[in-house]
Amino acid sequence: MQKFLFDINRDPAAQRQYHEGLDALLERYALTAEERRALAERALGLIYVLGANGQLLMHYAAFLGIPWTEYIAALRAGIEKYGQVRAGVYTMTTRLDEKVAGV
Amino acid sequence: MSLVFAGICSHGPGITGRAAMADSAVSGPFYEAFGGMRAELEGARPDALVVVAAEHFANFFMNNMPSFAVGMAEGYEGPIEDPAWLGIERTSIPGNAGLSGRLIRAVMQSVDIAFAEEWKFDHGIMVPLHFLTPRYDLPIVPVNINCQGPPLAPLHRVWAFGEALRRAADAVPERIAIIGTGGISHWPATPDSGKVNEAWDREFLERWKANDHAALVSYTDEGTYRDGGQGGFEIRTFISIAAAAKGRGSVQYYRPIPIFSVGCTIGTMSVGA
Ligand SMILES: [Fe+2]
Repeated sequence: MQKFLFDINRDPAAQRQYHEGLDALLERYALTAEERRALAERALGLIYVLGANGQLLMHYAAFLGIPWTEYIAALRAGIEKYGQVRAGVYTMTTRLDEKVAGV
Repeated sequence: MSLVFAGICSHGPGITGRAAMADSAVSGPFYEAFGGMRAELEGARPDALVVVAAEHFANFFMNNMPSFAVGMAEGYEGPIEDPAWLGIERTSIPGNAGLSGRLIRAVMQSVDIAFAEEWKFDHGIMVPLHFLTPRYDLPIVPVNINCQGPPLAPLHRVWAFGEALRRAADAVPERIAIIGTGGISHWPATPDSGKVNEAWDREFLERWKANDHAALVSYTDEGTYRDGGQGGFEIRTFISIAAAAKGRGSVQYYRPIPIFSVGCTIGTMSVGA
């Protein structure tokens, strides 16, 4: 899943393929069913919970043109729906209602 | 010739990308401090700027992750991020492959590193350059310390790498400036974004200003993750600058700006013997 994010964030060829058809592009990656669904639905909150590195996810959201406040809200909603981050070092340490930066 | 300038600064993408969301009374003095750093850098008349940054998967990934990497190209491109999101236009940045090659060979005398003839810049380098060399007219030598994909190089190896960069800078005829870019404590890119452990940051900066080698390399990744967040792993870049400069530091600006996701920092260090 992170490899897909790495490629899409930096590689113009992968970005072209993305625009031609995300499903075909996803075929190239070793993904669990849940990862595949999260990426196919561009479900940022679920991608976050599944353990994507925050930097990869943040740049992906920028690629998708999602504004910062919507991005943060999507991640918070993911935690609310699916629970704490399951892998990696980007677990959420603040409360759902905390909004440390006001967004 | 020698190292002629050393400094540290923050590189969070919000500094440029979310400028409009910040209170200008708070962000203004930070941008001014960046301007002061630029003036000091220009006053040192460098021939090249070595940027020791912690990148965020612009080039290196867990399939083949170097602890330390140095760029060796005639030019670079950046940012990889959506320019509108980052608030920085996509552009070409000059390099100097010959100088890079000489620096790399010198560093390799004591530290095993990776080199790369292709290198795209992300916010880790683009945000500092936006303020420090906004005309992109100074050749850049990009350097990366892996601060994203654990296992990360231990701090005593980061120190050795910084010392090796200094020996390399002193061995070439060009006037070399060096900066480290990163964060102290921060929890970026998630709903934690904006959280800063100011006391931990200030303690780190005291150690950095004093160039207290033992205290700087005594942090553990477990402690840093607990007290400084995953962003805190980027103290590696600041530590490498202390090792390279061997002088005393001064901090021109430090203040947490939550919407920028980091304790915003501008510092310089004298070049010691
Ligand atoms: Fe960073």
